Amino acid sequence: MKIELRHEQFETPSMIGNFLRKLHIDIPLFVGLLLISIISLLILYSAGGQDMDVLVRQLSRVGLAFLLMTVLAHIDPYQFKRYSTLLFGLGVLLLIAVLVMGQIGKGAQRWLDLGFFRFQPSEMIKITTPMMIAWYLAEYPLPPKSKQFFIAIILIAVPTLLIAKQPDLGTALLVASSGAGVLFFAGISWRFMAAVCVTLASLTPIIWHFMHGYQRDRVLTFFSPEADPLGRGYHIIQSKIAIGSGGIYGKGWLGSTQSELEFLPESSTDFIFAVFAEEFGLVGCLGLLTLYLLIIARCLYIASQAQNTYSRLLASSLAFTFFVYVFVNIGMVIGILPVVGVPLPLISYGGTSIVTLLAGFGILMSIHTHKTSH
Amino acid sequence: MPDIYFIKDHSLEIRFFLGRIVAALIVIIILTTGLIVRLIYLQIVGNEHYSLLAKENSIKIVPLVPTRGMIFDRNGKVLAENTPSYSLEIIPEQVKNMDDTLLRLQKLLNISNEEVEQFQKLRKRQKRFVSTPLLSSMSDEELAKFAVVRPYFSGVDIHTQLVRHYQYGEMAAHVIGYVGRINEAELKDLPIAEYSGSSHIGKLGIEHSYENELHGKTGYAEIETNVQARFLNTLYELNPEPGANLYLSLDIELQKTAYDAMAGFNGAVVAIDIKTGGVLVFVSRPGFDPNPFVIGIASEAYQALQTSVNQPLYNRALRGLYPPGSTIKPFVALAGLEYEAISAEQKLHCPGYYQLPGVIHKYRDWKKGGHGSVDLNQALTESCDVYFYRLAATLGIDNMYNFLKKFGFGEKSGIDLTGEKLGLLPSREWKREQKNQGWYPGETLITGIGQGYLQVTPLQLAKATATLANKGQVITPFLVDKIANSKGTRAELNLGGNSIALNSINVNTVIDGMINVVHGAHGTAKGINKNISYQIAGKTGTAQVMGIKQGAKYNENNIDFKFRDHALFISFAPANDPKIAVAVVVENGGHGGSVAAPIAGQVIKQFLQDSDEN
Repeated sequence: MKIELRHEQFETPSMIGNFLRKLHIDIPLFVGLLLISIISLLILYSAGGQDMDVLVRQLSRVGLAFLLMTVLAHIDPYQFKRYSTLLFGLGVLLLIAVLVMGQIGKGAQRWLDLGFFRFQPSEMIKITTPMMIAWYLAEYPLPPKSKQFFIAIILIAVPTLLIAKQPDLGTALLVASSGAGVLFFAGISWRFMAAVCVTLASLTPIIWHFMHGYQRDRVLTFFSPEADPLGRGYHIIQSKIAIGSGGIYGKGWLGSTQSELEFLPESSTDFIFAVFAEEFGLVGCLGLLTLYLLIIARCLYIASQAQNTYSRLLASSLAFTFFVYVFVNIGMVIGILPVVGVPLPLISYGGTSIVTLLAGFGILMSIHTHKTSH
Repeated sequence: MPDIYFIKDHSLEIRFFLGRIVAALIVIIILTTGLIVRLIYLQIVGNEHYSLLAKENSIKIVPLVPTRGMIFDRNGKVLAENTPSYSLEIIPEQVKNMDDTLLRLQKLLNISNEEVEQFQKLRKRQKRFVSTPLLSSMSDEELAKFAVVRPYFSGVDIHTQLVRHYQYGEMAAHVIGYVGRINEAELKDLPIAEYSGSSHIGKLGIEHSYENELHGKTGYAEIETNVQARFLNTLYELNPEPGANLYLSLDIELQKTAYDAMAGFNGAVVAIDIKTGGVLVFVSRPGFDPNPFVIGIASEAYQALQTSVNQPLYNRALRGLYPPGSTIKPFVALAGLEYEAISAEQKLHCPGYYQLPGVIHKYRDWKKGGHGSVDLNQALTESCDVYFYRLAATLGIDNMYNFLKKFGFGEKSGIDLTGEKLGLLPSREWKREQKNQGWYPGETLITGIGQGYLQVTPLQLAKATATLANKGQVITPFLVDKIANSKGTRAELNLGGNSIALNSINVNTVIDGMINVVHGAHGTAKGINKNISYQIAGKTGTAQVMGIKQGAKYNENNIDFKFRDHALFISFAPANDPKIAVAVVVENGGHGGSVAAPIAGQVIKQFLQDSDEN
């Protein structure tokens, strides 16, 4: 009797933990994501001109995304593996459909209107591409041979080019890196990696040729923002001013003057990091980076503990893509990378990217919480 | 054997994988360090600098929009200008009682409820000190009414802006074109900075093809604002460079004459200055008023234009495709002489029809009973079809194709307008490719009288005529003669066209035939030779719209208007020293001689009179 009582005493504090475990939620990851989401809401409130509407809308999206994450965490990873090819194929077909419809509608289109909501196939392909590559490579002994390497490259290139054609350079970059991540973790030789880099570098003039005028502008602006104070350079100049004026401790929450005066364009979406840096300073930035790194580290740990090749490759690639997301966005806001349309993961305003990201974390949790003991 | 490849070594794989995880961590740490270094650079090293900038970031950069260049005709008459337009604007924070003010204004100026709603919507999106428009393009009466009571409306004022205006309206809309609001698709490909303050862009005609020159260069001003972003003063200004003025070769008075002469018909007139290649007249009738497009045309009005049976939005001179009919004959005749398929004196018999050996089908002449025995001059004068059937059969399609191509048929004329149609000069290869069929001899015959697959634009006809008048020196038609910007005048003249090697005796033989068309007793266009002191060389043409059955008779009066033949006329004058070439196409006009030729006659007369006076 006594023993049972003591047992219960021990269990009571972690009842929530127990409940989460039953939901197949990974607690460290969950806590990290929750923290980031809270920071997101705080900073959006400030950047969006203290508009409650913005906050409520974002809150409902975050809620939906967490719900989806929980649902996915529940599914056995075997099911993900089983439907990898099907989902990937469907994603590619939808991308083609979007492109064709865009052509008919004579304008850039990224989404399919399903009546009650707009669906962006490019978001879904961000997850299904690494699933597909992981599924394909897991069929063979690792590291992959050159034949598998080339087939994987083609499988990555198809959705990437379709998205780049939309044109959505940022998403294309993320899709490519999610697939490339799988190849990297599958252990392709450094020689292959060097070959890819050299090929891409030599293709630069051709890519330049196919770029849209505004995309070229962005690249040119990156090299000399001051040359174009009215156009794209304005973003970079203003965001550097916002970040730099934040100093070590920042101007405090709601203290951003640059976004307030609308000097900082897109302050709620792609350039939200500038507002964060202005209000919370270097200290805040380091804190945020640490939080991001902790999440990534947890994901890589989950990958290292995974039970089969498919899970390992998928988990590690999702973790790596998440880092690419963070790096590209912050890099562009602080002016060390050209401006491509990549939001700051989990913090920027907008629903689609949050839903996709948390779906990815749902898969990671599923991998970690469904383990057979054999 | 291959099964061996599929055996997986799990411990090796995991070892490999863990290695990669470590590598990834290293990469992540290095890249993150890069971010941190940059952040330290910005936030610690650059803090002082950027804080200062942030404080001064009361400095806003606003674009200064350049004035769009004007467009003039060859005599300096204004074709496109920027006229002031007045709008009533309200600064909300200066109005004590907004509802009352709006109500009073509505009563005074007849402002509709929709306009007030629009204003309210706009107001909510802007800061309270920003001037917000309530009523646009005010009339003189409205201006006067408001001016009287202005002291009673604080915060309400009249603002002026420049709006593009086309004085000549529908008459020249197809040449000059119009500007309209920049749409999203255009925004994508525009240099963002250049257009950051512009709302309009050339959509059609000269306004479109010379957008770069007309637009000018955007300047900017650095403006100091206070913490609420309220304007304080201007710190620096880089003045915009106004757009260049364009001087066209077009003669708007001549254009008017041609447009009016076409009244009641649809069609096109193109006249070219043979000495330079400058286009004097470029009429496509019906036209449309371009002015509503500038402020944004109402969708019903646009629908009406689009669905009209007369297709006023269709640029017939540039894009209309017509069978040239008999206007092709001078070129075919010249081909006959050049390839020595026939001599000028050789006579052919015309019984009123022509039959290919072994074929029952009769290729008929327009004149029942035929022209009897005719030489080349008579064949042109009377437009004998049988003569040209026989000539075409002798020449063959290959020779005709090669020769006509040199005169610009089947290819763009090179005029400085976009959207030009190629027309169609058929060849064996073309038919093989497009229809996957061989060329039939009968098709050679009807090509020889300008029917069948052959299709030309009025502009092509004018160009070919000018080239013929110029004895083979190819003319490239152009509209913009001079581009004048703030840096001085740049003349843009491109006379260096190719030259077609022609025997001048042959050319003169054909021209003599064309003179007889107008001045001969049997000429098909002899109606226009009255009261003129010079000679016109011309050729009439009638292009079938509807096929006529074998043995049936074409009776103009019994036929629905829209199936009546197209009337064509090409001409140049004075015949001995050509100055102007004119091509006229009158849709469903019937006979070239009676409908199209007088229009050309009027244009030539006015042009030569004007140039004599100068």
